[in-house]
Amino acid sequence: MPETTVILDTVAIQRGLTRIAHEIAERNEVSAEVVLVGIPTGGVPLARRLGDILWEIWKQPVPVGALDVSMHRDDLDQRVAPKIHPTVIPFDVTGKTVVLVDDVLFSGRTIRAAMDALNDFGRPRKIQLAVLVDRGHRELPIKADFVGKNVPTALEEKISLRLVEAGAPRDEVILERK
Amino acid sequence: MSWHRKHLLDIESLTAEEIQTALDTARAFKAVGKRTIKKVPALRGKTVVNLFVEPSTRTRISFELAEQRLSADIINFSAEASSFKKGETLKDTARNLEALNADFIVIRHSASGAPHFLSRVLGAHVINAGDGAHEHPTQALLDVFTIREKKGKIAGLNVTILGDILYSRVARSDIWALTKLGAKVTLCGPATLVPKTFEQMGCRVTHDADEAIRDADIINLLRIQHERQRKTMFPSIGEYTQLYGLNKARLAKTRPDALIMHPGPINRGVEIDSEIADCARSLILEQVTNGLAVRMAILFLLNGGKGPQEVAN
Repeated sequence: MPETTVILDTVAIQRGLTRIAHEIAERNEVSAEVVLVGIPTGGVPLARRLGDILWEIWKQPVPVGALDVSMHRDDLDQRVAPKIHPTVIPFDVTGKTVVLVDDVLFSGRTIRAAMDALNDFGRPRKIQLAVLVDRGHRELPIKADFVGKNVPTALEEKISLRLVEAGAPRDEVILERK
Repeated sequence: MSWHRKHLLDIESLTAEEIQTALDTARAFKAVGKRTIKKVPALRGKTVVNLFVEPSTRTRISFELAEQRLSADIINFSAEASSFKKGETLKDTARNLEALNADFIVIRHSASGAPHFLSRVLGAHVINAGDGAHEHPTQALLDVFTIREKKGKIAGLNVTILGDILYSRVARSDIWALTKLGAKVTLCGPATLVPKTFEQMGCRVTHDADEAIRDADIINLLRIQHERQRKTMFPSIGEYTQLYGLNKARLAKTRPDALIMHPGPINRGVEIDSEIADCARSLILEQVTNGLAVRMAILFLLNGGKGPQEVAN
């Protein structure tokens, strides 16, 4: 039976997202140039929530998209073919500051794939990265610009985000020890 | 549901869940075809051999483009200009191709079971692009994909397959896919080309075209496979057209929302009237577009390894 710990509860997740949104607003003074792109599955609802908070801060809507990275992964022949989620980017990313949003930053390989995939849709002026949890163990030179919480983990531990948008009873981030 | 198969040899051995997985994956690849940059790196560094021992135009082109859009390297091999002419066996040809480190072999062959044979003697992934009168699995997948996209479902639909069933691998694969997904399949054509034995596959068999298409949601037309018939199976093409060809008068007796499909190549004026082939209810060109997406999806799914489904964040 794996041991589980709640490392972020509903309030902490909300607080983390609010802080990230304010940091995005602080870093990017021209609000009209910022678009948010969530990485399925966890990053998509998080990007929507960040978009709502930024809308309040900037008093104007922020475009939000979803970018599936499965076709750009570097480990496709080493694992069962992944389920592909819809990519919806209903705006031009060329010249924009794209903030990639993901739930957990781990090896960095998903983000590498995301940057690669994003290139097929245009040439952003800047790409920034926002994650709810940074758990360490990077395998690539990738670093998040905005982090909700740093959580030192062991390799065999597992972190999962549960959100009400995905049918969970409440928002929480769980750490599982095997 | 995940995909654990190494080869795509037929539809008969697939489960309904596996078919749905293929269709869901194809939907994502159809969206890629609408992007400015239609190419993704999923098969980068992989080598695909298109071994078309029997002539093919649309299936071969569709596979080639699917492979290119997945960034694979391609070797094309056709019967006319190959060592088959010099007496080399299929097994030796395939093993030579594998010695070049081919990762996938897409095979079209006039002998039923040729892809199954290759899958037993080779280490590469094998995809059946049509074997004799046996199966044409990617055609069936693109057909059910097209139906699902247009009608929103498969289960409960009345699908009529009209034409040369006996010699058609498309018909066999379609029957498997449609019945597994819960459609009600009616087969229709001259008694010599639609024997009652097909009822064993869970289909209704009739020889009256008007009755067969009256309640159909989908009418799938098949061409007469002259190349596979040992002798003429019906009195004349003219009679066939009169009894089984889809024309305006016959179409008027169907449901207004019935849609028309055809795997191609179409014979205008034989199994289908020219104006019907080009009308708004015809999905023929849509099928070609979807075929590309389905073939990309199959290559993508087969490329997956045996590792755990779960991927680290």
